[in-house]
Amino acid sequence: MERPFDEELKLLREKILEMASYAEESIALAIKCLMERREEYAAEVMQREEKINGLEIEIDDLCMKTLALRQPMATDLRFITSAMKISSDLERIGDQAVNIIENSVELLKYPLLKPLIDIPRMSGLAQNMVRDAINAFVVGDDQLARSVCQRDDQVDQLNDQIFRELLTYMIQDGATITRAVGLILIGRHLERIADHATNIGEDVIYMVKGQIIKHHCDDRPPKI
Amino acid sequence: MDLQPKMEAKNMNFFYGPKQALKNVNIVCPPNKVTAIIGPSGCGKSTFIRSLNRMNDVLSSARVEGEVLLDGADIYAPGTDVVELRRRVGMVFQKPNPFPKTIFDNVAYGLRIGGFKARRRLEEIVELSLRRAALWEEVKDRLKDHAYDLSGGQQQRLCIARALAVEPEVILFDEPCSAIDPVATARIEDLIEELKKLYTVVIVTHNMQQAARVSDYTAFMMLGELMEFDRTEKIFTNPANKLTEEYITGRFG
Repeated sequence: MERPFDEELKLLREKILEMASYAEESIALAIKCLMERREEYAAEVMQREEKINGLEIEIDDLCMKTLALRQPMATDLRFITSAMKISSDLERIGDQAVNIIENSVELLKYPLLKPLIDIPRMSGLAQNMVRDAINAFVVGDDQLARSVCQRDDQVDQLNDQIFRELLTYMIQDGATITRAVGLILIGRHLERIADHATNIGEDVIYMVKGQIIKHHCDDRPPKI
Repeated sequence: MDLQPKMEAKNMNFFYGPKQALKNVNIVCPPNKVTAIIGPSGCGKSTFIRSLNRMNDVLSSARVEGEVLLDGADIYAPGTDVVELRRRVGMVFQKPNPFPKTIFDNVAYGLRIGGFKARRRLEEIVELSLRRAALWEEVKDRLKDHAYDLSGGQQQRLCIARALAVEPEVILFDEPCSAIDPVATARIEDLIEELKKLYTVVIVTHNMQQAARVSDYTAFMMLGELMEFDRTEKIFTNPANKLTEEYITGRFG
């Protein structure tokens, strides 16, 4: 049975989707700036950051109104509380993309330290995680959400690898430190993005199954 | 779920003549907890709660199968003292129904018909009952006023005080807030929270938010059957049964 309430939930879903697409584009643009060595992408990332922030406020507002006026229960309640958490993760992802672009623009002042291989790979993984986490949210697919959480380790490993490699550059030649640290930070931002995507995946699993898996909760008997 | 029951329905069937109103219902009401019964109109929730103190006995066509246990003893067993049962299992109804008497006489009524004579002690019990029903402060200077002079919410609390005066163990609430305003409703809900410290409470309500606010356990019934029984927080955040889910999210009912 279609309820008037379902329209509000649909709107909420659309807003999350819109926010997620801006977040995903921001990551892609920030990495493009680094790879193509073109500063003009910075303005585009900043524009998206503003839109993301605006959407976060809209989504919070919509969720608060729905909670107060509809007093949702069960799946509806889990959907709305998940949407609130997901929007806050997406907002943080937008912030991380801004951090990446800031580091990238700084790096453009110097010649390229080394060919970039792991960072674009890591970025691709992180973007896929964000996209799949949001798709899982939109269609309520807990299996897809679970696969997002599992992919977090790959991103962590790449980040460690980047760090180790750049450390050797810095040890060998002090003149590389500024550039190496810039790249290490970008790796760190991508790793954080993957963490936020993992959070979203965990929220989706809670939304669909009512099961809490974060902080290795799946090792314990579920409380709810 | 392994719960110690204060009251318990076991494989209970209930018939109004040929019509079966409850089908093989099993519900446990744990002591000093609030158990809420929810479900769409006609699901049998009022029939169920009324059968817990044999209020349905007045209907000649009513028939019960299975057991309803109070402290382990079947209340439908032959030789059960129904008056004593209703003293132990009190009831508060949908509409406030004070007797056409003074406030004091309303609360004292149950004790007096039970032959209670000691005036001083009677006054003490009336005061205690009114205090427990959170009405004392509002009526202590007007105990001789007619009960009908009270507001609807006050009348409902008076009915609760009247039920408490005979020292029940279980209190049944059948839609206690459906005829009173939101402020009075909030007072009754606060009161139920207090009452469960001393009594076992069972409440039938159409208002799901009310069930969520006041109860520890919730039973969802449909078409005379128990569909799901669980901790209230579980029922309202993550029900196991699809029908419970659809009912509490307003997809039918």
